[in-house]
Amino acid sequence: MQITVKLFATFRAGRFAVEPRTYPPGTPIVEVIRELDIPEAQIGMIMLNNRHAEPEQELHEGDNLSLFPLVGGG
Amino acid sequence: MERLHLFLKERADNDLLSWTAQFAAAEHFGISFAHVEEATLELGLLPARYQRNRQAISVVQQLRLFSSTVAVIGCGGLGGYAIEELARLGVGTIVAIDPDVFEEHNLNRQILSTPATLGRPKVQAAAARVAEINPAVTLVPIQIAYAPKNGNDILHGAQVVVDALDSIPTRLALAETCAGLDVPLVHGAIGGWYGQVATQFPGDDTIRMLYSRWVEGKGVEQQLGNPAFTPALVASIETAEVCKILLGEGEPLRHRKLSINLLDMEFAEVRFEPLQEAVGM
Repeated sequence: MQITVKLFATFRAGRFAVEPRTYPPGTPIVEVIRELDIPEAQIGMIMLNNRHAEPEQELHEGDNLSLFPLVGGG
Repeated sequence: MERLHLFLKERADNDLLSWTAQFAAAEHFGISFAHVEEATLELGLLPARYQRNRQAISVVQQLRLFSSTVAVIGCGGLGGYAIEELARLGVGTIVAIDPDVFEEHNLNRQILSTPATLGRPKVQAAAARVAEINPAVTLVPIQIAYAPKNGNDILHGAQVVVDALDSIPTRLALAETCAGLDVPLVHGAIGGWYGQVATQFPGDDTIRMLYSRWVEGKGVEQQLGNPAFTPALVASIETAEVCKILLGEGEPLRHRKLSINLLDMEFAEVRFEPLQEAVGM
């Protein structure tokens, strides 16, 4: 199954901005996060196809996954 | 009142009233600049300082801004710029809330900080700055930390609240307080080259969604700090949101987040469905 992963802000460093990636069908979001070596504690929001998503949610062919780091300064 | 109106009308140039005339009216009648500004706008006259607002903001809208109260929570990087812009815009009452005093590490970005204001309360500097740039605007300085237990009191009467905080858990609490008060909250946050803005209206769950994975600690700002331009930009976008909400104009950042990346110079609009609908999938 192919999905598109979009990384925002600091998550791009040493990784990528947007990339099509291949995973076995039914892979949960958390697996992608682990594979990309993104510490879960740094994640602010996960979006799957423009909807708020949880790490346990399973991915499907053609999904768009976006990962945002926590930004909290003022 | 009629004498004041006559005084103002006599000194108007078409529909513009100069600062000299406003100043003279305040002196002559022994009234505040706020009082003069209100009378001026109610007569359909525009204080000349706002003449470049025109077309964007009419005299009637300028009166609406003057009659509005906006609370700014945090008077640091974001809050300083927001206060500056709200005062220049002509928002009549700004409630500035911050417990802190200026420290040297604020000088790289916080517009209200100068070597002379080091050690002084941020809200006191805000009051002095607003009195200097627009004496018709009332700045209410509240030198305490926002907390859920004081939120209803300090936010009472505000039509819009500006999130200029530097703490994620405090933001989450503020979002709840605003929801309880039925007040829109304009959220902004920064870290290094990055920033985000979103507006939460009553009934929305935006802030909780933006930080849904948060467990503890700070965000990217902890490693990256905050350079001068990021708070200026994000606070400006927040102020534009406030202006639109007060005037009921345009399309606010509702159910969407503006994600700003100044390193790659990308502005991404991220649309999202309301949380309650997303959960029911």
